[in-house]
Amino acid sequence: MKAAVLVFPGSNCDRDMAVALRLAGADVTMVWHKDAGLPKGVDLVAVPGGFSFGDYLRCGAIAAQSPVSQALVDHANRGGYVLGVCNGFQVLTETRLLPGALMRNAGLKFLCKSVTLNVATTDSAFTGGYRAGQEISVPIAHHDGNYFVDDETLARLKGEDRIAFTYGQNPNGSMADIAGVLSDNRRVLGMMPHPERAVEAAQGGTDGMALFRGLMGVLATA
Amino acid sequence: MKARVHVMLKTGVLDPQGEAVRHALGALGFDGVNGVRQGKVIELDLAEADRARAEATVAAMCEKLLANTVIESYRVEIL
Repeated sequence: MKAAVLVFPGSNCDRDMAVALRLAGADVTMVWHKDAGLPKGVDLVAVPGGFSFGDYLRCGAIAAQSPVSQALVDHANRGGYVLGVCNGFQVLTETRLLPGALMRNAGLKFLCKSVTLNVATTDSAFTGGYRAGQEISVPIAHHDGNYFVDDETLARLKGEDRIAFTYGQNPNGSMADIAGVLSDNRRVLGMMPHPERAVEAAQGGTDGMALFRGLMGVLATA
Repeated sequence: MKARVHVMLKTGVLDPQGEAVRHALGALGFDGVNGVRQGKVIELDLAEADRARAEATVAAMCEKLLANTVIESYRVEIL
């Protein structure tokens, strides 16, 4: 599996993401936001967490206009896999690759703690390594993770089984306890919790590893 | 030509910051504040001299970048 990790000014989970992908066996290239293209033959593009462009205007809004983001959108439109975590999820909603928007946490506080997630669907390369309904522990670290979609889109997400993860106890006011959603072709996942921060025992848990192994299982031959 | 863009959360989208401001006003003794909505104002200094063209350009800027129309509405004022 060839993976690219995008790096924006203010990204701060890019190297953690690369470590997690390499642990799963991926060949990882870091790609700077001013690069107009992705390395040839990339299977997965990971958009990492952080505070791209200082969260100016709206979280992820400026990054979504970076040259590399056009390459990201083209990659997704060709049927390529994309994983956006935290600020990466915000970037994916701003590029409209995923529906909805991430708003300020309902309690207004920056939240940094481990939370329990429910695996809401196993029907994707990202979640196929989990059991349906499995509870996993993954850290969150965000100020703007309050997922909003209009009622019609929410009904569609539910109907099409595109909610990937839900929170056991809603920490941020997200609609329908949503922690992560899939695109209609199920190849783009955006999630606020950080699976790349739960891949080694030293991090306090390894529940995130099945996500990267699952991806590797689907994309290993590439 | 100068333009001013007002960006607000759409009606029906909960505004947690506005709610916090409302609570704080109540705590200060300002009674009777039924609701607070917080938005942002963006001022643009444009080279364009034609009013209609400026308005159309700024609207395009709002759609592409200045507002996230999933959750926000915008109003353009040409000054």
